[in-house]
Amino acid sequence: MAEKFDAIVVGAGPGGNAAAYTMAKAGLQVLQLERGESPGTKNVQGAILYSDALERIIPDFRKDAPLERHIIEQRMWILDDDSFIGTNYRSDAFNNEQPNRYTILRAPFDKWFSGKVKEAGGLVICETTVTDLLKDGERVVGVRTDRAGGDIYADVVILADGVNSLLAKKAGFHGEIEAKNVALAVKEIHFLPQEVLESRFNIKGDEGVVIEIAGAVTKGMIGTGFLYTNKESITIGIGCLLSDFKKGQIAPYTLLEELKAHPSIQPLLQGSEMKEYAAHLIPEGGYKAIPTLYGDGWMLAGDSAGLVNAVHREGSNLAMTSGRLAAETIIALKAEGKPCNAANLARYKNALDHSFVMKDLKKYKELPEILHHNPHFFDLYPKLLNRAAHTMLTVDGEDKHSKEKAIRGSFMQQRSLWGLMGDAYRMWRATR
Amino acid sequence: MHIVVCIKQVPDSAQIRVHPVTNTIMRQGVPAIINPFDLFALEEALRLKDRMGGRVTVLTMGPPQAEDALRKAISFGVDDTILLTDRAFAGADTLATSYALAQTIRKIGEEHPVDLVFTGKQTIDGDTAQVGPGIAKRLGLQLLTYVSGIDTVDLDHREITVRRRAEGGVQVIRTRLPALITMLEGTNQIRYASMDDMFRAARFEVRKWNKDMAGIEDVTKIGLKGSPTVVSKVFAPKPRAVKAQIIGGGLDPQGMAAALADTLFAQHQRLGKELQHAGH
Amino acid sequence: MSENNAAPAKAKGKKRLELDPRLAAYQGIWVFVEMERGRVHSVSWELLGEGRKLADTLGVELAAVVLGGSGEAVEAASAEAFTYGADLAYVVADPVLAEYRNEPYTKAMTDLVNRHQPEILLLGATTLGRDLAGSVATTLQTGLTADCTELAIDPDNRGLLATRPTFGGSLLCTIQTLNYRPQMATVRPRVMAMPEADPARTGRIVREAFDLSEESIIAKVLEFIPDEAQEQAQLAYADIIVAGGRGLGKAENFQLIWDLAAVLGAEVGGSRPVTHAGWISADRQVGQSGKTVRPKLYIAVGISGAIQHRVGMEASDVIIAINNDPNAPIFDFATYGLVGDALRILPALTEAFRSRLAVNRLAS
Repeated sequence: MAEKFDAIVVGAGPGGNAAAYTMAKAGLQVLQLERGESPGTKNVQGAILYSDALERIIPDFRKDAPLERHIIEQRMWILDDDSFIGTNYRSDAFNNEQPNRYTILRAPFDKWFSGKVKEAGGLVICETTVTDLLKDGERVVGVRTDRAGGDIYADVVILADGVNSLLAKKAGFHGEIEAKNVALAVKEIHFLPQEVLESRFNIKGDEGVVIEIAGAVTKGMIGTGFLYTNKESITIGIGCLLSDFKKGQIAPYTLLEELKAHPSIQPLLQGSEMKEYAAHLIPEGGYKAIPTLYGDGWMLAGDSAGLVNAVHREGSNLAMTSGRLAAETIIALKAEGKPCNAANLARYKNALDHSFVMKDLKKYKELPEILHHNPHFFDLYPKLLNRAAHTMLTVDGEDKHSKEKAIRGSFMQQRSLWGLMGDAYRMWRATR
Repeated sequence: MHIVVCIKQVPDSAQIRVHPVTNTIMRQGVPAIINPFDLFALEEALRLKDRMGGRVTVLTMGPPQAEDALRKAISFGVDDTILLTDRAFAGADTLATSYALAQTIRKIGEEHPVDLVFTGKQTIDGDTAQVGPGIAKRLGLQLLTYVSGIDTVDLDHREITVRRRAEGGVQVIRTRLPALITMLEGTNQIRYASMDDMFRAARFEVRKWNKDMAGIEDVTKIGLKGSPTVVSKVFAPKPRAVKAQIIGGGLDPQGMAAALADTLFAQHQRLGKELQHAGH
Repeated sequence: MSENNAAPAKAKGKKRLELDPRLAAYQGIWVFVEMERGRVHSVSWELLGEGRKLADTLGVELAAVVLGGSGEAVEAASAEAFTYGADLAYVVADPVLAEYRNEPYTKAMTDLVNRHQPEILLLGATTLGRDLAGSVATTLQTGLTADCTELAIDPDNRGLLATRPTFGGSLLCTIQTLNYRPQMATVRPRVMAMPEADPARTGRIVREAFDLSEESIIAKVLEFIPDEAQEQAQLAYADIIVAGGRGLGKAENFQLIWDLAAVLGAEVGGSRPVTHAGWISADRQVGQSGKTVRPKLYIAVGISGAIQHRVGMEASDVIIAINNDPNAPIFDFATYGLVGDALRILPALTEAFRSRLAVNRLAS
């Protein structure tokens, strides 16, 4: 006798957990299938948690969720070969009762979230891979797994199985992932004694710092680096478009080694010991690369739906929000006694459109294309900006007016007036 | 036929890291797994059940989270599981552990008489291989260690014939039931559970026994009190300071091989001479 | 049955305690001489070497315990034990002990211990030793520390300090058996150095009878099937070892290891995952739960170098690591490293050695 559920969620990452938890809490019979040994083993993330998205699902998550540090300072650095220019924002206001962002480690966090799903009544089965969607004509009626007797039925299936969802591909929901629409990121976790970390970053208690890094470190490829402070470790990573890696023939870990060796970065890692290494693909295609998100009996959420805001490095909050919205759609349909067909599931897309998820992605929809055609944003500008700063800040007897002229001249020479105006226009278009 | 399989949930020592600063074990994020050696024991027990019918009970002594290990065992098709958990067991060495497990197996036997007890050869965190023999001695079970295969089990005549690995060869031994078997690794492969088994495991009610429910009365024999051995010191081994000299970087395999062979013969002449005599 | 209801154990660290007078009567260091089919396992001699040092520190006698089927074999073993440092030998010769079985060997050993009361009993952590040690310790209700890498005497209380790896080898711990006797410990082959034999040395023999009849012993050995000569791994004493790990990908690729080993005249070993997967036999496993080796040359191919493998081979003189992950831990302690695809490097290495060895042979 094959089993039947109200909903099957494929994947136990942030998107899948958000969906499964929300539905289970509302009393629906939910089955969640995860191919890893336990939730989180197949997941990799730089690891920033956006409280707002999680608060809307588990309002009191701060009580027992494993959180590393709450972020009070954000630095943005644009690196040249041996220097950087950047901005900083730090505020004690972030030390309030309900901090807005935290650094987390995915393994314990996913385990905790999955525990919540089970507490809410969801059935979670791991080490089981969904190999196919079961269809009745065009309607999805369940899933097939890699275990004997592995056909399971449900009124709706939510695919939250990640960026490289073979399932979605097989089912024809989206095509082959294009290398230009996905980034390959690698990261390491370095351990430092708590006191050293806190004094080095000028933080205390559970305060944390985030550093976003761009510039020479990506060797002209489109991408960024990052550094996050955890309780007793630092996460450092870098990612670039897969298409650029393929073209440039540079290995990701080489890039990471060079980032770590940069004179501005190396001192931050001094004395630490690398204890973990991971790599992952991140959707980067933005709004234009989003596939169809629903159909008769199925929906996509999270990375498998391409819902990542690369500009702001937001992915897990979009995943959780889309998971929640998908769940709420299903809960409403069930309450109204309506079937989960395409016409009704359109509400999900509607809800996404009205939320920050689609609004933000739409805002930046031109950016991927523009960056592809304007790599100088990643190699030239960082250099120019750094040289400009260096020139201005070096007190060497030259008068300031001449210095400014020299800086302007360097920009004009490299980009020409047209080029500079064009870049300004393009940036405006990309981000409006 | 009733088989009891003893398993242990252990941290995956392949992933254990020593904290580079404090030199303590970093357990956070290290997944807990069923001791890999126990899987060979479990599979052998299940195969016997397939062959001859009967029931398999899996027993583990551990903290509450050891329940995950039992749940996984259920997915392979066992009939019942018991988690022996009690603060009083904390600090137990192998003598105290074998006492607690033996008593529990005796109690289990009151429900269904036990014919065979299976354990893995050793654990990856303790590595002593002593608990199996300890249980056998206490329950008066015939002890068969390093078993690579079970030839026959004759329930009518209460006899079992097995093959066990000895130094330089294999012993074929026949003895009487009840017996305790420790399985050699590499002898089988744990089955891939069916979907039904996975559902069953996800919904199963794991039985939890404290020391009273297990019929353990003599508290001087369990936990720290019942452990003749005490750990007086834990320390980090002196690390080997020098990293490997990477040879032939950037060369093709042939170039690398040549570079390595040349370096070896140049830097280690005595070794080179050894190779002369040994190789062909 | 020994009386072991001693005073309750004092807190950890408070090692100055008064040993129960019944236990204080336990004196002397015993080493079990493991003998099968007339051959003595060399770990017994390694243990006698170590035992001699402990006995000298304590000022007590060192005894060998020899159990076997025939008088001749045990006499020869005892004589050899004296040359390795034993002062006396407790000998039990009985046909019932001809083939190793747990029940009679446990009885013989525990009877001897109860009658002659040693303070320390050492056994090799071999297949037989582990089978025997656990039963003996449980029967005697005493403490047993397995796989020790170091043995010493505590100057404060004359107790045995047994050091062994823990957590797969990431840490070491020192263990004591404070209030129980004898203090038992097992040591793996090749961990202790082989002592020098002194052929002039002799000792005295104490013969004990054995009162267990064949009829009363339940287990019967029906057959002994010796391993095929070439199949038998002589890993523990090999001078050159080539070992393969999971990085090789699949079982068929292991042939490349055998090929290189053939050219070098080396033994073949493997990491835990490949023995568990059945790519090679379990007795070829090197590591914490396998064998400890100390060859002159150890070539690790596709092995990450995780701690539980490392502890089994890091005492090798020269270690060569081949792995395509430059971050693999094995490069932290190997002597030389090749970063690349093992499947291509192995055949190249086999060829490179083959041609050089041939040339050198022509030249010599």
